[in-house]
Formats: sequence, structure tokens, C-alpha cells
Amino acid sequence: MGLKMQSHHSVAVRLNEQLGTKRGYTFIQANRAWLPKFLIFWIMLMAVFSNFVYEKMDAANKERREEVLISMCDQRARMLQDQFSVSVNHVHALAILVSTFHYFKNPSAIDQETFAEYTARTAFERPLLSGVAYALRVTNAERERFEKQHGWTIKTMEREASPIRDEYAPVIFSQETVSYIESLDMMSGEEDRENILRARATGKAVLTSPFRLLGSHHLGVVLTFPVYKSKLPPNPTVAQRIEASAGYLGGAFDVESLVENLLGQLAGNQAIVVNVYDITNSSDPLIMYGRQYQEVDMSLLHESNLDFGDPFRKHQMICRYHQKEPTSWTSLTTAFLFFVIGLLVGYILYGAAIHIVKVEDDFHEMQELKVRAEAADVAKSQFLATVSHEIRTPMNGILGMLALLLDTELSSTQRDYAQTAQACGKALITLINEVLDRAKIEAGKLELEAVPFNLRSILDDVLSLFSEKSRHKGLELAVSVSDKVPEMVIGDPGRFRQIITNLVGNSVKFTEQGHIFVQVHLAEITKALMDAKAETCLNGGSDEGLVSNGGCQFRTLSGCQAADDQNCWDRFKHLIFDEELQSDALNVTAVTSEASEKVTLMVSVEDTGIGIPLRAQGRVFTPFMQADSSTSRNYGGTGIGLSISKCLVELMGGQIKFISRPQIGSTFSFTADFGRCKKNALSDLKKGNSDDLPTVFRGLKAIVVDGRPVRATVTKYHLKRLGILVEVASSIKMAVAVSGKNGSLTSGKGNATDLILVEKDSWVSEDDANLNLQLLDWKPNGHTLKLPKMVLLATNISSAEFDKAKAAGFADTVIMKPLRASMVAACLQQVLGLGKKRQQGKDMLNGPSFLQSLLCGKKILVVDDNRVNRRVAAGALKKFGADVECAESGKAALQLLQLPHSFDACFMDIQMPEMDGFEATRRIRQVEIKANEQMNGGCCPEGAATKSEWHLPILAMTADVIHATYDECLKCGMDGYVSKPFEEENLYQAVAKFFKSKPITDL
Amino acid sequence: MDVGQLQRQFIDYTASLFREGFLDDQFTQLRKLQDENNPDFVFEVVSLFFDDSEKLVNNMAKALEQPIVEFEQVDAHVHQFKGSSSSIGAHRVKNVCAAFRGFCEQQNSDGLEQQIIAAGGSIPMVE
Repeated sequence: MGLKMQSHHSVAVRLNEQLGTKRGYTFIQANRAWLPKFLIFWIMLMAVFSNFVYEKMDAANKERREEVLISMCDQRARMLQDQFSVSVNHVHALAILVSTFHYFKNPSAIDQETFAEYTARTAFERPLLSGVAYALRVTNAERERFEKQHGWTIKTMEREASPIRDEYAPVIFSQETVSYIESLDMMSGEEDRENILRARATGKAVLTSPFRLLGSHHLGVVLTFPVYKSKLPPNPTVAQRIEASAGYLGGAFDVESLVENLLGQLAGNQAIVVNVYDITNSSDPLIMYGRQYQEVDMSLLHESNLDFGDPFRKHQMICRYHQKEPTSWTSLTTAFLFFVIGLLVGYILYGAAIHIVKVEDDFHEMQELKVRAEAADVAKSQFLATVSHEIRTPMNGILGMLALLLDTELSSTQRDYAQTAQACGKALITLINEVLDRAKIEAGKLELEAVPFNLRSILDDVLSLFSEKSRHKGLELAVSVSDKVPEMVIGDPGRFRQIITNLVGNSVKFTEQGHIFVQVHLAEITKALMDAKAETCLNGGSDEGLVSNGGCQFRTLSGCQAADDQNCWDRFKHLIFDEELQSDALNVTAVTSEASEKVTLMVSVEDTGIGIPLRAQGRVFTPFMQADSSTSRNYGGTGIGLSISKCLVELMGGQIKFISRPQIGSTFSFTADFGRCKKNALSDLKKGNSDDLPTVFRGLKAIVVDGRPVRATVTKYHLKRLGILVEVASSIKMAVAVSGKNGSLTSGKGNATDLILVEKDSWVSEDDANLNLQLLDWKPNGHTLKLPKMVLLATNISSAEFDKAKAAGFADTVIMKPLRASMVAACLQQVLGLGKKRQQGKDMLNGPSFLQSLLCGKKILVVDDNRVNRRVAAGALKKFGADVECAESGKAALQLLQLPHSFDACFMDIQMPEMDGFEATRRIRQVEIKANEQMNGGCCPEGAATKSEWHLPILAMTADVIHATYDECLKCGMDGYVSKPFEEENLYQAVAKFFKSKPITDL
Repeated sequence: MDVGQLQRQFIDYTASLFREGFLDDQFTQLRKLQDENNPDFVFEVVSLFFDDSEKLVNNMAKALEQPIVEFEQVDAHVHQFKGSSSSIGAHRVKNVCAAFRGFCEQQNSDGLEQQIIAAGGSIPMVE
């Protein structure tokens, strides 16, 4: 046991290693620790990316905003500049007007009134100017004259009398809007004075720097134009200009209100802040418009240069947005969405990866568990096999002892106890064998034999096994094999028998009344008939009403209802008679199936037992499951049989199924593939194997009297196997009629009816007197040639009935059911007084006497290195009459088996030092092959006749039947094995294969 | 003592051997093989068995006394012993042999010693 433990352990370790190497790690699985880091990295990546997106969008926004600012600013600057230059031009025109009409005309065409009116009427042309005025150049020398002429004194800007200067520029004409500056000396203001001087020097429009205007106190600039009294020469010098200047025309630009007006006309006025500066002195810009310190967006500004036509002065417009740039929600949300999507994608991937990891982990775990479970299953099977085997050994001891005990003198009670114990022991052995079978099947170690066997005789055997029980219960037990089923098929007879035994055994166990009916048909024909089934059923239904008699409602074997309606007479009739009547049609299929190697049989076992409860039907084939826990209480059994049967059927390439109706019965049916015997082989084998039925009945005629067609057909089937021609009559009257006709028609040839077989039910139902009368009637009709023998068929019969039957004329015999061909033959032999010798011969087929007959006179070599074993084996074989020689090693055996030798068989131990049994066998076979080749090469006169050229049957002897792999024995050329120490039965089975034909001929 | 008593004693003894598991069914089989053709069959086989056993046990003892025990050799001897004992129906011997072989395969000398002691043997002390 310790050893086993260790080996199991090592198996487990190996499994684990295998798992380790087999475990294919995927990429995800391999990097599982990195997964959270991957996730974080991904999130960060997404954050960076969305930030980038945001920046990009924001930059675009800003650019757009800047562009808008630039365009707005430039637009404003251009408009201001345009308007300004228009005004400047107009002032220029005014200057020219003054010079033209005031100086070149004499007398002057312009006075204050004209000027005021004209300027007022042309004010629309100068929207930027608050007003214009004309100041005359007056030198100090001319001051007195000028003051006298005009009647007022020249005043300074402060409206005081002007102090004496070199030059004065008193305003003489003025627009009405600025009339307050009349008589003021323009040169008294610092700004104006500079302006005047610069204007007269350049001859162009000149601007002051911004200052508060006199009237409105708005910021403004003054534009000054020189007016020349004479025409200037081209390209005049500055001195010439000063000389020629006569006065100055000035206009005040109220920049603040003007720009305000201008901007008011433009769209988007609210959005931006505009400042206008005089930047002539670039280090100290002077503001012309706008408040210097305002709550504005200082971040973005645009500067536009303004050209007001005075090259000395530089102006600039600076635009800013009024409000700070609004937060760009679109870009922010877009970026955020990007981030969220990225996050989700990351999380989904992460989740998927985690899930994959988990699933893979689970998968590996499951795989491991599966392997373990499988290992456990194997271990279980092994354990079961081992334990069963271990149990079997002591059980054999128990049974042997019990057998010995029964041989001694015992009181009847003791004998009873001992017999019970033996029966129980046998049951236990059977169970153990079943468990072993199952374990073997599960381990795939069970292999089916492929030997030719006679299906019908096996069925008969099985039936005979249960005949006692069924008779006891009063059950009809019958078997019927279709004619189309070949006589010999190739398969495993033992396993086939096992299945049938199991099914019939179950049926017998669970059936209290009615019948058990075993049918064998070709599966193809059954299938072919399936098509016509519906039709058949319809037809059958119509006749059923007509022919129901004697209270049998169902036309089955016993009249009881069966679970599978299709198995009733209507179908059976088709199966049996269609084969005969429609042989033409079916010939085709028969021929094709003849040609093929395989034949598929459909076997069904029908009973009228308690059936299987519906809820239990699903687990019928599960091992150790019975329909009900009460089932095992009431009927015993372990419930392993059906599962084994299922396995066996599947091994035979078929299927098993069942139809069951509670309280009505069950029908189990299975298909199985068998090999078809070749014709010539068949004829050879017939002698040895199947020809156990006597042939003396060939050509006899019989009438079966039976009201139930199915039962009659079964009887007919058995009689037909004996070669008896059968007719069926449903009552004795009809039988009489038929036989009478036969008698009269064929009396001359002696072909009258030989036998009348009467079913007990039919006989009992008829009137006794009637029968007697008829029999009397018959006698003269029979022409005294040969009186038909009367045989009664009965399932069970009481002694009273038996007497009555004798009295009624069934003096001849009563055949007890279930019918078997061999038993029928025996009875008929008795009745007809035909030869009985064969029957005795057949009895010898069992028991040690047969073994003796097999082995008697055979020369057998026993090879074993163990002296004791050798002696025992030799003793056992000698007991059966064999001539035994011994060899103590494989080498010695080879020596003895040098060709030619006279040994008939060899028993070979497997485990031997130097050369083991396998090796020795291999060598023996080599030698044989060589010899055969030589023989065939040299001459082949006998050819096929000496079929067994050189082939010594070699049987392995081994102590360990289970573990001795049969395969290995076969592989090295052995023919079989026997267990050691010898068991009679085992020995018989092994030996019988080789010595079968001989003893029969010898006998 | 008369023959009858002796025979009864013999039967009793045989029965006790069966009862205590020294012998099994095989021995019965063996006895069945004895008939008029072969009157001393059982005697012959049993004496063969004893001769053999002695030899085998000696061989085994020798093999086990070696400083390095060759388990394969021991196993071969035990196998022989098991074979002959099962042939003769010496049930207990066979069982001990089976267990012994198990330990041989494992090369477990402790187990071997246990089995030897269980079988009534003695272990030579090794200094």
C-alpha cells in the first residue's frame, strides 16, 4: 500500500509539473502587476493630451480675438484719420479762400460777417472742428494802426491787453461757435504761438499737442494753416514763407467729443477701449482721448498709427478689450470630454484586462481541478478494481470452503445455512465481477472478443437460466429470432450474453405476471418497417376489435399490455411475415446486407412488469442508481447492471434505449454490430459450435394450436429451427380441419401431420368432450397411417391439470415453457422415440469430465522456474489425463520445443529469470514462422488442409489476472492466459478454444 | 492411538490451519489432485515446497546481510517464494511475501525488517 501511495503522490507531482509547463501565460497575465501602473500612466497621458487640446483651442481663440481687435482698431484709426484729413483739407480750402478774397481782392471781400456766415454754412464739411478762426499777422509797428482800424485792443489769452511783442496774431474773423476768441492774440498762447511759427515756416497744416480747449475744456488740438498774401515762388525758402505770410487760419479739433461721436457710429463700441495719444515725444506720450487708467484688459492691445497730415506730430491709437477675455467654455468642455473619454477608455481596458486575468486565473484553477478530478476518478477506478480484486481472492476461499462444507455430512439446517451462505457468496462474486467490469470499461481496458458464435443458442441458454424463476412466477418467457438474422455472427458472445442476461434478469425480477419476450431482428428491416408503421398501426387498430377473444385485449405474447405498443402483434406480424411474404421486396436489402461485413441486430426485451417511474427514467443507466430506494429493498440488486449493459452496447457500436410505462411494463431495446461469418468459415464452425440441435426432425409436420398469434409464432420459430414444418391454427377445431385436409390430400405419400402442439390456454378454453370427440373423429380420417402425437405446451401446470391432460389424450408429453429448441428437441425425441445419443453427448460439455476429454492424451509442456509451481501445474494437468513435461526455464523450453516436437500445448510462466515467458514465446514463434516458410516454400501439397502448420498454443500462467495485460500476451504471440494457481473453470475456458474440435471427433 | 483418532487429529489440524489462514482453497485443490495414479502427490509437493523455502529463505538472509542490500535480488527470491507458496496454498506466507515485495520495490529496509520480525525472523544487529 505504501508503494501505491508513493506512486500516487508522484503522479500528482508529475501532474503539477505538467500543469506548470502547460500553463501558457498570455501577455496580460504576465504583466498583471503592471496593470494599475498602466492605468495611471494612461490617465496621465490623457490629462496631458487634453491639456494640449485645450491649449491649442485657446490659442486659436486668442488669435481670433487679436485679429478682431486689430481689425477694429485699424478700422477706427483709418476712419479717424480720413475724417481728420477731410477736415484738414477743408481748413486748407478755407485758408485759400481767405487769401483769395481777403488779400487778393481789394477791397477785401470778406469781413467778419461773411466769414461767420460762410463758415457756419460750411460747418458740415468739418465735423471734427469745433470752429475756425482767422488771425492776422500784426507786427508791433502795425499794432497801433491795427487797433485803431478795428476799434479794439489786442488781448492775450487771458483777455488782458496784450503786452508788447514783436508780432501779434489777433483773431479777426471767427466762426460763431468760437466768437469768444475774437481779438485774442493767438501768439500769446504758448501752443498756438509755436504752431503759428511752425505753420508759417512749413506752409502746411500744423497741429498742436493736445490741451484743454478754451470753451469746452475738452481735450483738443488746434490746427493752424498759414495764409500768404502773395503768391509764393516754387520751392520757397523758410524766410520767403515768413515774409509772405499774412495771417493764420486755425481750427480747434475737439478730439474727445469727436472721437466719441465717431466711435459711437461703429459696431462693437462697447467691447473695446480706444485711447489716442500724441507720441511726438515718445518718452512721454500725451493723451488725446480716453482715460488713462481704466479697468481694462491690459493683456492684449493693438497700436495703430495715425497720420493727421502733420509730419512733426505723431499720433497713435491704442485699442484694448474692455473686458478680460472670457473663459473659453467650448475648449474647456472639449478638453474635459477628451479627458473623460480617455479615462473611460482606460478604465474599460483596465477592467477588461483585470477580467481577463481573473478569468484566466479561474480557468487555470479549473483546469487544475479538472486534472485533479480526473486523477481522482482514475484513482477511484483503480481503487475499485484493486479492492474488488482483493475481495475476490478471499471470497474464492470462502466459496471453496463452503463447497467443501457442503460435501461433508450436515444436518438439514446446517446445509440450508451453508447453501444460503454459498448463494450469497456467489451473488457477491457476481457483483464484484460487475464492479470490475465497470471499472475496466471506465479505464477503457475492456476489449471485446471477435469470435463466431451462435446467437440463438446463447439466447436459449439465457432463457434456460431464467426458466425456473419465470415458471415459478407463471410468466411467459419466450425468445424469437428473425430468420434473416444469420446463424453465426462474429462478436463477443460472453458480453452479448451478459447484456441479455442483465435485461432478462431485470425483467424477470420486476415482472409478476404477463410475459417477457426477447426478439432479435435485423436493424435495417426494423428501420424499414418504421416507415410503414403508421399505416400498420391504423390497419391493426381496425382489426383488433374484430379478433379480440377470450378477454385478451392486447395482442402481445401473454395478452397483457406492453409498454411499447409497436411491439404488439401487428408489428411483430410485419416483422415476421413481411420477411417471408415480401421477400422479393426485402431481398434487395437482404442482398446488400449480405454483401457487407457487418450486420446490425436489433434486440428488444419486452416485459409486463412494474415499469420504471417516469421521474426515474432519466437515470436508469447511471451506475448504482435504481429507480427508487424502495426498489432495492423490494427487489435487491445494485443497479449497476444496466450501466454496464449500456457501456457494453456502446462498445458493440450500438445504442440502448427503453420505453417504459409504470404498471404496464418496459421494453428495452438495443442495437449492436456484429461481424458476418463468411460462408465457408461458417460451415467449418457449425460442426464445432452450433450444431447442437439434432437433425432428426427435419421434414416433420406439425400444427400449433394457439389462439395468440405472437405465442404461436414463437413456438413456430423454435420448431422451425428443428426443421419442422409448422402450421398455425387458432383452435383445435381448425387444427383438425387443417390436419384432416393434409391427411386426405397427401395421405398416399405419408406426409400427414406428425405432431399437434396445443397451447394450454387454448386447450383449457375448449370443451373437453368436444376435444375428445374430435380426436375420435380424427382417427378414421388419419387413415391409420400415423396418428399425430399430441403435445401440450404449458408455462406451469398443476398436477390435477396434468392428469386431466393425460386423460384428454395428451398422453404423450407436456413441454414446459419457456421453449428452447434443444429442450423441445429432447421432448420430441422422447415423444417420437427418436435417437437420444447426441443429447447425452451434449451433457458432457460441462464439468471436469469434459476437461478431461479435452486434455486426455495431450502432451503438454509446463514452463516455470518455480519447482513447486511446476509440480502443482503438472499435477493438475495430469489429473485431467494430460501427458505433462516440465521445463524450468525459457531456455530449456526452447530446447524442448525444437521442431519437430510432439507437444500439443505449452503453459508458460511469465516472470522467469534469464528469459521471461514473453521472450520465450517470441522466440518459439520465430522458429515456427521460419519452419512454416520453409514448409510452404518447399512443397505445398497439403496446403489448406493442414491449416495449423506449426502453431503451438502457448498459454501464459500468471498469478495476477487483472494486471497481466492480455494485450501483452497476445502481442508476443501467446494464445491466452490462465490464472495461477489453476482454477478449473478458467483452465477449461482457455483450453477449450484449442482442443475443441478434436475430442468430439475422438469421441 | 488408533488410526481413526490420528485421522481425526489430522483433520482437526488441517481445519485449524484453514481457520487461522495458514492455508487456503488452493491447498484443497491440491489435495483434490491426489488420486490413485498419484498417491503421494501432496506429500511430494509439500516437501518440495519446504526444501525450496529453506533454500530461498537462506538466500534471502544472505542477500539481506550484505552491507549494500541488492533489493532486486531479494525481490527475485521473494517472488519465487510467493509463487510457490501460492501454488501450495500457504496463504499467510503468500501474504507476507506480497507485503515484502512491496517494500522491496520501495527499497524500504525498515519495512523489510518489520516484515521479517512479523514473520518471526530476527534481525542481525549491525555494529
